[in-house]
Amino acid sequence: MISETTLARFEREVAKYPAEQRQSAVMACMAIVQQEQGFISEESEAELAAYLGMPQIAVHEVTTFYNMYNQAPVGKYKLNVCTNLPCLLRDGGKALEYLEKKLGIPMGGTTSDGMFTLQQCECLGACADAPVILVNDRSMCSFMSDDKLDQLVDSLRSAEGQA
Amino acid sequence: MKPAQVLSQFQAAGLETCFHGRHIDPQIYADLDGSNWGIDAYIQRGGYQAVRTMLGADGSAALTPDQVIATVKESGLRGRGGAGFPTGLKWSFMPRQFPGQKYLVCNSDEGEPGTCKDRDILMYNPHSVIEGMIIGAYAMGISVGYNYIHGEIFKAYERFEVALEEARRAGYLGSKLLGSDFSFELYAHHGFGAYICGEETALLESLEGKKGQPRFKPPFPASFGLYGKPTTINNTETFAAVPWIIRNGGAAYLACGKPNNGGTKIYSVSGDVELPGNYEVPMGTPFPKLLELAGGVRKGRKLKAVIPGGSSSPVLPASIMMECTLDYDSISKAGSMLGSGAVIVMDDSRCMVESLKRLSYFYMHESCGQCTPCREGTGWLWRLVDRIHRGEGRWADMDVLDDVAANIMGRTICALGDAAAMPVRAMLKHFRHEFEAMIPKTNPRTSASA
Ligand SMILES: NC(=O)C1=CN([C@@H]2O[C@H](COP(=O)(O)OP(=O)(O)OC[C@H]3O[C@@H](n4cnc5c(N)ncnc54)[C@H](O)[C@@H]3O)[C@@H](O)[C@H]2O)C=CC1
Ligand SMILES: Cc1cc2nc3c(=O)[nH]c(=O)nc-3n(C[C@H](O)[C@H](O)[C@H](O)COP(=O)(O)O)c2cc1C
Ligand code: SF4
Ligand code: FES
Repeated sequence: MISETTLARFEREVAKYPAEQRQSAVMACMAIVQQEQGFISEESEAELAAYLGMPQIAVHEVTTFYNMYNQAPVGKYKLNVCTNLPCLLRDGGKALEYLEKKLGIPMGGTTSDGMFTLQQCECLGACADAPVILVNDRSMCSFMSDDKLDQLVDSLRSAEGQA
Repeated sequence: MKPAQVLSQFQAAGLETCFHGRHIDPQIYADLDGSNWGIDAYIQRGGYQAVRTMLGADGSAALTPDQVIATVKESGLRGRGGAGFPTGLKWSFMPRQFPGQKYLVCNSDEGEPGTCKDRDILMYNPHSVIEGMIIGAYAMGISVGYNYIHGEIFKAYERFEVALEEARRAGYLGSKLLGSDFSFELYAHHGFGAYICGEETALLESLEGKKGQPRFKPPFPASFGLYGKPTTINNTETFAAVPWIIRNGGAAYLACGKPNNGGTKIYSVSGDVELPGNYEVPMGTPFPKLLELAGGVRKGRKLKAVIPGGSSSPVLPASIMMECTLDYDSISKAGSMLGSGAVIVMDDSRCMVESLKRLSYFYMHESCGQCTPCREGTGWLWRLVDRIHRGEGRWADMDVLDDVAANIMGRTICALGDAAAMPVRAMLKHFRHEFEAMIPKTNPRTSASA
């Protein structure tokens, strides 16, 4: 069931497009679902399909086409490290390795306490700030030296009361 | 501290990339400091004056749409999204007397590796884009627009929505702007991680709520665009340049660049320089000057090569690059492209095989898969470069690489295929010896099998 508050957020997105083009709001609505639930479940896809008046398979196509939609649950904090060439030249790859060691998980993995998922990603559009990490799709962290990576992980852990 | 506070500590403030004071005669980035992105400060900097003049809001006669297009043509403004198509000409393609809805779209899907200029425009001067779009909409008789913003820079999307609200409240968006007959509504739409959606027709598919697979061109968006309606798409920086042109005239804009290459251009300098960042300089600025603004090659090392226009553009060795000026014509004469203006600098410690391997992985990953040469070819290219990099390459691999790349080019629906192929061919052309040096000496030289 879509909650009242979620529905209000959906309505705001749908209002941007012509009445017969509700489908245009699918990307924004799914980003909202992901922010609220952590990933896009089959159930959410079905609800969105009904809400937007589009086939469920068309919603699923969108989930699977765009890199940022989580098709399965991830850790509480999803860390995406850019390792594309411009970042690689400024230690983007090293940042990924450093986090692998610090978190004790390989790229693509999730820590056993469910706190962190670590992923490599393509250009975030912040190349001059390398190394850059996108946290939970919405927070770009720039100039992430090893020191700052420590700070980021440690502060998030203590903010969650697990220091 | 709350998690949100923790995360905000690491957010870039623009100091390094935009407010460093090392631009030359900037127009779009002029006088920005990070706090003055709102509408009041924008108006104080002369913002929305072009729209007021255009609509005759301050007593003088309004400009006609034809006058606006003529001014943009005169300015020599060329599309900043990468292809450099003349903006005024593109605007003149839009059907005038079309009975249905027409659309205006801004391409802020900036995903070309090396490029981060549009982000700083959206974060620190969003009203310049809104004003540019209002002017474009008026010139082409369009009443609805969308700005498609790269999902990864979500803060820029949120900020743009705030700026839209400010513009609406001040009467610059909505119906009957400033008492004229012209109405224009503008909305923000975000992507969610697909490089291909920067390609204009893939972007339109995505705006329609589908997966972003490019359409055949022609028809160009001017005849079949969003929801099948006439549509014009321009890059963020293209729109942001327009208010200055209307305020100061087309001739003035042209004069600050060089013939056929009007105005200033923002270069995103990344890689092996001391001071990576965005630099706005006049078109035609010599490359060594840009390198100097960016603090020179890192740690005093020597320049080896430069990818001058984003990862899709062919690499140029230092000797050629140092002779270039930064404009569409000079870089294209040197055998590459100005592209999105992302200047990726590599010093003499860099391995070209490793660099190409990472780029090839990117194109394989981002191919939308609908054309066989691109879907299969990008994977093949990556596997070959990876094999060479692992020290398991064969002597014939270089020729196979070149051949696969040649067979992708020109045989696909969109330019991503070419973008994957061109870097391969350029790397082989200029740095073949590095690839050869990684082939085990024990492999027979004559083997032709791949
Ligand atoms: N900014 C970025 O992040 C990226 C930029 N690019 C750049 O994109 C470029 C390729 O873009 P494309 O759109 O494929 O180039 P294109 O040459 O097909 O089109 C350029 C623009 O001119 C218009 N146009 C061209 N010929 C036309 C005609 N005869 N009638 C009407 N309109 C016409 C197109 O609609 C388009 O808006 C590359 O050069 C690359 O540098 C590529 C990847 C990312
Ligand atoms: C694979 C691919 C990705 C592209 N990505 C972008 C992009 O992120 N931003 C952009 O403005 N243009 C991008 N383009 C170019 C657009 O298709 C189009 O030419 C441009 O938005 C037109 O605007 P302009 O005339 O103002 O340059 C891309 C092209 C291709 C082939
Ligand atoms: S060239 Fe590649 S990305 Fe472009 S349409 Fe074909 S398969 Fe898709
Ligand atoms: S290459 Fe990493 S953000 Fe662009």
